[in-house]
Amino acid sequence: MIAVTVSSSAVVLVGAVFLATAVEMVEALTIVLAVGHTRGWRSALEGTAVAFLSLAALVALLGPALVHVPLSALRLIVGGVLLVFGLQWLRKAILRSGGLKDLHDEDAIYRKVVAEMESADASPRRDRIAFVMAFKGVFLEGLEAVVAVLTLGSSAHRLGLAVVVAVAAVLAVAGTGTAVARQLSNVPENLMKMGVGILLVSYGTFWTGEGVHVRWPAGDVTLVGFVGLYVVVTWTLVAVVRRGVAGTRRRAVVR
Amino acid sequence: MTRPRRALPVRLVKGFAAFWWDFLVGDTPELFIAAVVTVMVVALLRVAGHENAAAGVALPLLAIVALTVSIRRAQRASRRK
Repeated sequence: MIAVTVSSSAVVLVGAVFLATAVEMVEALTIVLAVGHTRGWRSALEGTAVAFLSLAALVALLGPALVHVPLSALRLIVGGVLLVFGLQWLRKAILRSGGLKDLHDEDAIYRKVVAEMESADASPRRDRIAFVMAFKGVFLEGLEAVVAVLTLGSSAHRLGLAVVVAVAAVLAVAGTGTAVARQLSNVPENLMKMGVGILLVSYGTFWTGEGVHVRWPAGDVTLVGFVGLYVVVTWTLVAVVRRGVAGTRRRAVVR
Repeated sequence: MTRPRRALPVRLVKGFAAFWWDFLVGDTPELFIAAVVTVMVVALLRVAGHENAAAGVALPLLAIVALTVSIRRAQRASRRK
């Protein structure tokens, strides 16, 4: 029997990169579908392809460079960035779950892009507007995924694994998105964002500590402990926000 | 009258700086400041004070406090509207 040891940090890495990439790609796919349906697929797909090539070039350029940064310094910087990035995602997801902020509506984004595309003039040869819109949508949404892939992958010394997982997430979203066409609003995007936020803050905490040479009592398993801790904190904060929103509504009805 | 377009390197640098500002600070400067303070406190505890356990506890604790304060801030802002 071959013993296969999968470290807990690798499992968390795969989960974090897959979810972060998938969430961003759902947003990008909404824009590409809207552009493709309204202005034709050729320019939309060309814009998408050029955006993916640009993102891949960024990873290829920056990835190997990051390997040369001393590991402690890299983990401290990456830990700090992930802490900020993760806390921002988590905050937004908690406010949305608690009803204090509107949920991300893919249908509304789709309608907005279609309206913009229909009002723009069509070029008889190549549709520059469709190309630019698809490129911008994929490139800007993809940039956040690239930051997650680079920071998580390089700090764990598993950049190759992070890239493979990100590509798998892109293919999964593209395949599912094409199959369900415009049903992207059914994707539980906020729940996914909450999951990514929890994983990013957990990694941020773990690596910031490693960066300043904190010795974690349970080694890599501490990372899983952080995930559990932040799940409980998130659940509590969502309940607090929901109670606050319900209280405000009750007071408004009484008045 | 239209403003003259800036040179490409200037636009690239400005775009790069704007991306990182929006990415790290955005509309929640309190979280950025909290993360910087957290890193400094933990580094002081671990490197200067040699307090491994205190640094390990302070790190997640400060992150949770920052998140809670930011959520409370959003709640107060929402009530004022």
